[in-house]
Amino acid sequence: MVDRLLGLGHNDVHQPDPVEEVWAHVQQARNLKRPHTLELLKFMADEFIELHGDRRFGDDSAIVAGLAMIAGRRVAVIGFQKGQDTEENIRRNFGLPHPEGYRKAMRIMKMAEQFQMPVLTFVDVQGAFPGAAAEERGVAEAIAMSVAMMTSLRTPIVVVITGEGGSGGAIALAVGDTVIALENSIYSVISPEGCAAILWRSGEKSHQAAYAMKVTANQQKDLGIVDIVVAEPGEGAHTDPAEMARRIKEVVLEQFDLHARLSLSELVEARYQKFRGMGSFGVAEQPEAPPERTGLAGRLRGMWSTRPSMPQFPGTRRAAPSNREEV
Amino acid sequence: MPVRLPFRPRRDAYPADLWTKCPGCAEMLFNKQLDKTLRVCPHCGHHFRITARTRIAQLVDGGSFVERDANLQPLDSLTFVDLKAYPDRLLAAQLSTGLRDSTVWGVGKMGGKPVSLCVFDFFFMGGSMGSVTGEKVTRAGETALAERIPLIIVSSSGGARMQEGTYSLMQLAKTMGVIERLKEAAVPFISVMADPTTGGTFASFAVAGDVNLAEPRATIRFAGDRVSAGTIGEALPEGYNTSEFQLEHGFVDRVVPRAKLRDEIIALLGILIAPAVPASADPANPTFSPRALLSAITGALSDNNGDARSADAGQSHGEDTTNG
Repeated sequence: MVDRLLGLGHNDVHQPDPVEEVWAHVQQARNLKRPHTLELLKFMADEFIELHGDRRFGDDSAIVAGLAMIAGRRVAVIGFQKGQDTEENIRRNFGLPHPEGYRKAMRIMKMAEQFQMPVLTFVDVQGAFPGAAAEERGVAEAIAMSVAMMTSLRTPIVVVITGEGGSGGAIALAVGDTVIALENSIYSVISPEGCAAILWRSGEKSHQAAYAMKVTANQQKDLGIVDIVVAEPGEGAHTDPAEMARRIKEVVLEQFDLHARLSLSELVEARYQKFRGMGSFGVAEQPEAPPERTGLAGRLRGMWSTRPSMPQFPGTRRAAPSNREEV
Repeated sequence: MPVRLPFRPRRDAYPADLWTKCPGCAEMLFNKQLDKTLRVCPHCGHHFRITARTRIAQLVDGGSFVERDANLQPLDSLTFVDLKAYPDRLLAAQLSTGLRDSTVWGVGKMGGKPVSLCVFDFFFMGGSMGSVTGEKVTRAGETALAERIPLIIVSSSGGARMQEGTYSLMQLAKTMGVIERLKEAAVPFISVMADPTTGGTFASFAVAGDVNLAEPRATIRFAGDRVSAGTIGEALPEGYNTSEFQLEHGFVDRVVPRAKLRDEIIALLGILIAPAVPASADPANPTFSPRALLSAITGALSDNNGDARSADAGQSHGEDTTNG
């Protein structure tokens, strides 16, 4: 504002470009030094015992899981783990999980249900590993089953999106009673690069894509996807991981307290309804029967809907024959 | 939204009196002939993509299908613009397909049995799954659950619709929620994967059927080439994206040619759905129960068995009537 008053000629330089603003946010979310699951747990948990393996194929180092004591509570923790340097990144496959990672997560979630402890997940992933090995071992099936399990798991689930919430790889661990996002995190249906490659047919348009998808935590909160946005300390979570962990811990414990007031059945039903209600669509006037079509279309001509919520279209459409029974 | 009704949907994606070149064997095929073979090339077996309406006509008993929720309409919640604005893309797709969104769902009969059927139309924005699609799949599932009729979903979809952002992503959770409930309630769900079934569609309900069927040589995979190339710098090897690959790796139960699809689904439903009365009554039938046989044998050997045997038979009869 001051700059604008001082020199009108510098307007273009000082006026922030909304697209680049969002992109700066994306880069913040991807900052290598950002604390991941293990770093956050170091500050949050009194004790964390990591458990390994999916009991089917192997252990995936891009997802860590285990049992923790947080402020005297037993909690099952599952989270994505990117590396903070090249060496660790190679070991952790740059945080891109294989199916075993999701199957390990499912095993720990079932354990949490069985031993009656809440589940806490940390989401920071660009997407599931899109390579040959993942395809062979059914990454799609692993994601689908993990999502399915989370929709019906009989124990509280709190999700914290700490960095990138990217695509199916993220939603596989992000179906929670409460979805929390850190201020500088992003959440998107596909990575901005992937979106640009498909819709713009050019990977260079990723900035535009990120802007168009409204990826930032606050925008996602406005859309109702994220419940709570937690402010980050200083220049971002990486500048003060201890403070970040403290803030997350506070909100997470508060949510666990809230969930503890509900019975498990109420909790699961509320979670189902929460995701059941997601999306936005309109209801148009009753469609006119397609004119002059024979065969199937002719048979479809008499179609109508039985949902009582739908407004009756008062136009010229002939009424559905009342003697036709509902199938 | 933009479409003013009534609008006249296309008769079909192709003119009936012209020829189509088969992408599989480069043979020129007369369209009328192709229709008779259910849009499958008679020479090489290439399965052409078909519209949702055509698929429904091929699957259900004639005249039994009643569409539901045809008036659900997508919204542009993000005011999304890529090379074109989302509403413009929607309008173009609606005008060319006559559908409001990428799926048609309703209730029909297959082999005389009622089913809840949801079919994707690839010609509507690549069959992509946005809020309306997810809602229709969910309603199809909820109806199957409420009426205890099998759910059949025929997927032909590139995955989640990017133009609706995370709303599309949330459809994975929304649809899996109802699929999970179907499993708990033991209501059969048959997933049919047609070309193509990829991304978020494959990674949710499509892979989660009690039985997963796929059409021959359909593209079935999680990550598209452009995504793979952009993320890990390499495309998948040849042959890593087909029905046959998924069959070999255990994620598809059967690869079924289109001509046999309807019969196969009917046969599966015939076995999956427990016949209400006779099957449950049979084990309780005293004539064939091992216990009755045993008591009959022991009865022949000892004196004080008469009471036990009649009590046993009485109990069996009791069960019989309860089940009936």
